[in-house]
Amino acid sequence: MTAALTDLTLAEARDGLQAGSFSSVELTRAHSAAVERARSLNAFITETPDLALGLAEASDARRRRGGAAGPMDGIPIAVKDLFCTEGVSTTAGSHILDGFTPTYDSTVTANLKGAGAVMLGKTNMDEFAMGSANMTSYYGPVKNPWKGGDGRDLVPGGSSGGSTAAVAARLCLGAIGTDTGGSIRQPASFCGVVGLKPTYGRCSRWGIVAFASSLDQAGPMARTVRDAAVMLGAMAGHDARDSTSAPVDVPDFEAALSAGVGGLKVGIPKEYVVDGMAAEIGRLWEKGAAWLKESGAEIVEVSLPHTRHALPAYYIVAPAEASSNLARYDGVRYGLRVAGGSLDEMYENTRGAGFGAEVRRRVLIGTYVLSAGYYDAYYLKAQKVRTLIAEDFRRAFETVDVLLTPTAPSAAFAIGEKMDDPIAMYLNDVFTVPASLAGLPAISVPAGLSAGGLPLGLQLIGRPFDEETVLGAAHALEAAAGFDARPPPVGEA
Amino acid sequence: MAYLIAGETGDWEVVIGLEVHAQIVSRAKLFSGAATGFGAEPNTQVSLVDAAMPGMLPVINGYCVEQAVRTGLGLKAQVNLHSVFERKNYFYADLPQGYQISQYQQPLVGEGWVVLDLADGSSREVGIERLHMEQDAGKSLHDRDPGRTFIDLNRSGIALMEIVSRPDLRSPEEAGLYLRKLRAIMRYLGTCDGNMEQGSMRCDVNVSVRKAGETDLRTRTETKNVNSVRFVMQAIAHEAERQVAVYESGGTVEQETRLFDPDRGETRAMRAKEFAHDYRYFPDPDLLPLELTEDYVESIRAALPELPDEKKRRFMAGFGLSPYDAGVLVAERETADFYEAVARGRDAKTAANWVISNLFGALNRKGLSIAESPVSAENLGRLLDLIAADTISGRIAKEVFEVMVETGGDAGSIVEEKGLRQITDTAEIEAAVDKVIAENPDQVAKFRGGNEKIAGWFVGQVMKATGGKANPKLVGELLKEKLRN
Repeated sequence: MTAALTDLTLAEARDGLQAGSFSSVELTRAHSAAVERARSLNAFITETPDLALGLAEASDARRRRGGAAGPMDGIPIAVKDLFCTEGVSTTAGSHILDGFTPTYDSTVTANLKGAGAVMLGKTNMDEFAMGSANMTSYYGPVKNPWKGGDGRDLVPGGSSGGSTAAVAARLCLGAIGTDTGGSIRQPASFCGVVGLKPTYGRCSRWGIVAFASSLDQAGPMARTVRDAAVMLGAMAGHDARDSTSAPVDVPDFEAALSAGVGGLKVGIPKEYVVDGMAAEIGRLWEKGAAWLKESGAEIVEVSLPHTRHALPAYYIVAPAEASSNLARYDGVRYGLRVAGGSLDEMYENTRGAGFGAEVRRRVLIGTYVLSAGYYDAYYLKAQKVRTLIAEDFRRAFETVDVLLTPTAPSAAFAIGEKMDDPIAMYLNDVFTVPASLAGLPAISVPAGLSAGGLPLGLQLIGRPFDEETVLGAAHALEAAAGFDARPPPVGEA
Repeated sequence: MAYLIAGETGDWEVVIGLEVHAQIVSRAKLFSGAATGFGAEPNTQVSLVDAAMPGMLPVINGYCVEQAVRTGLGLKAQVNLHSVFERKNYFYADLPQGYQISQYQQPLVGEGWVVLDLADGSSREVGIERLHMEQDAGKSLHDRDPGRTFIDLNRSGIALMEIVSRPDLRSPEEAGLYLRKLRAIMRYLGTCDGNMEQGSMRCDVNVSVRKAGETDLRTRTETKNVNSVRFVMQAIAHEAERQVAVYESGGTVEQETRLFDPDRGETRAMRAKEFAHDYRYFPDPDLLPLELTEDYVESIRAALPELPDEKKRRFMAGFGLSPYDAGVLVAERETADFYEAVARGRDAKTAANWVISNLFGALNRKGLSIAESPVSAENLGRLLDLIAADTISGRIAKEVFEVMVETGGDAGSIVEEKGLRQITDTAEIEAAVDKVIAENPDQVAKFRGGNEKIAGWFVGQVMKATGGKANPKLVGELLKEKLRN
């Protein structure tokens, strides 16, 4: 019974709860037990089984009274530890937030709570969401539940690696993450799950520990496109507390799935072929295009000429914003404080001890590119590039409805790889960053296995606030790919 | 008259520009809903945003924008329909975000001007370079504990306007006039209470000197955070003298940030570390650019109150007041309103004299503001009515006024209670006149002998005899008549 409950998709669990086949308490207990068994993955920084049980009981009580809040009511999910959660420790994967327990819930977690979702715990992540392998967390690396052919432990991708590992390992029915340059989509690809980054402004950023404000966006990770659509419906919505939150209605995303791709024009951007990309990625991409064509779409080659400038522009804009966003972690009001003989010394000691190497690197890069004399050459130029990239997409979407690309240039790699070469690590985001810079909705759908038996994802990118078309196309791609591989069970010993 | 510093090498001119930080009158902060009252217990007016808790985001307070636009219009300035909030990055313990949200390259308000009314009755324009909005920092309390600094975040996030003048000021006096005028304009508009003691108006003073006749500007220093008009004037005077001394001893003035020490009346250089910042300004990605419409600006313009300059012109043209009197009366909106209430339906010049000479004198003596005046405009008006109706003389009126200042009483009642009503009964006055003439035959003889100047002495005697209550005009007429016969 327990195994069966954790094998359900979110939508199946919702239907089962509605049908009374099981209770939220049963569902929650099963998942909390799975979380406990899978501790070797290090997917969670904080487990909240008691809190979860309380929420599940309340959900069951609502349902008994006939007042279930909606499709997410009673559904156990995991929450990336970048979302502030009232009364539950929030670390952002960093030492510098030691002991910080918010008195408030982020808008997204509050929306989910209001929809009845049951939080199982806070998932591990790259420190301040800076990383593509979940190697920068103060709380240690997360292991991908998928194993390398030689049995080596693999990274789950990052920065939302704890969330995707938890979804892939059946520790939760879905998880929420954040995506700044690919932090939902790339780990989704590495772990063989669905990851959706909505349009910038679709989900409120209020209460999410900021990395790069103009790029950060919350989104769902789940085992099916339908599950992601259901979750997004509960997360999204305008929030007056976030000036960049868009005052747009939240459509019925699940209803959009049935639209399929018949009559849709799918663009294949010719610039998304990069040096060093595994040949099997290219083959999967071609296969994806063929599947969509068979499903009724028209395939059109398009050009996004400024694509190759996206990654460098991103690695200027994101660190610039981060260097400023992270200035508040100064040891004065909350989190870690390491004393010093003067105020400056206290800052140096606190931030030196509190931030890991990658965060320090990006704060330094960001500080540099905003400095007098360098601003025009770096930050201003990067913003111009960003405008050109958005313009590339806008023009492409005059002829196509959605774009199909690989999600990541490779499958998951071994823990410890690429650690000595930040540029190689940054290249993980080469396909995900352009849509981030343009603020567009994009989804990664597991589409096949690498020669080494590891999951590979394909990415669909849509027009601003057209998640419906993206989800419809993703649903068709998912059906055609028929991805049903799963990682070996964890912690059964 | 030019303000020049006489040096050994010749005369030096002083060039001054002021940056005023004015706290916007608003119940909530610039980017949060926290309260802004002065004097609250430390850290009781702090929202999660003001404390820069993780994940908190600023949301612009529309009322503060409206206030800043109103101020810009009051400075006859151009309002920019597109402006951008930027982050000014630096670390300090009372700056929770690690940056101040300000406006840098694209401020809300562009060029405008302020008219100075100079002591000689002339006036001149001082250019405004820009006005932008920004948030205040908190306060560091270094003197509460020997080993620790306490932080009060009540002020963190409060809305400020930074108003930057052109280097158009040429003396400490002009700087003082400028500050008072700016303050008056903002108080008229209700956009800043101008209270420098409470820190709701603070001033950075840019000073340079140059030889009289030079047209280029020399190196300037910036003296930070001077918090009274008097201190601003002192700081300028001291800093100008210092710079002249530096040049005349063969040195060069360094571009630097200085502090004013009010106890010694001097400026001193801050340590380089205290100001050597690269602020790394960049547009705040948490906030969209501020986009206003013409209609919005025009609706604020249409509702602007009459400002000091317009009011002064109206007082001069409509009431026939001198530039000086009009200037004094319009300096504060409350004073102007008080005056207008007194003058309504009465002789405007008399009203002005009474308000300026008698009322201001009494208020100064008692250390009261016009709002605290024990004599209401209505009561002062009734006193003037009593004079106009010859119920009391001007001299008695002054007596009555003193009682009003002490008791806050009504002029009419005081006159009745004290029996001060003027004697206009000719028979009664005639009796007193006859009595004085009868008792002073020598003086009468002198008068009749041609010494007509002595008539004044007779008037005084009659007034004395009637306790000052006789109508002086009637007394004069009767005396003339009787002495001549």
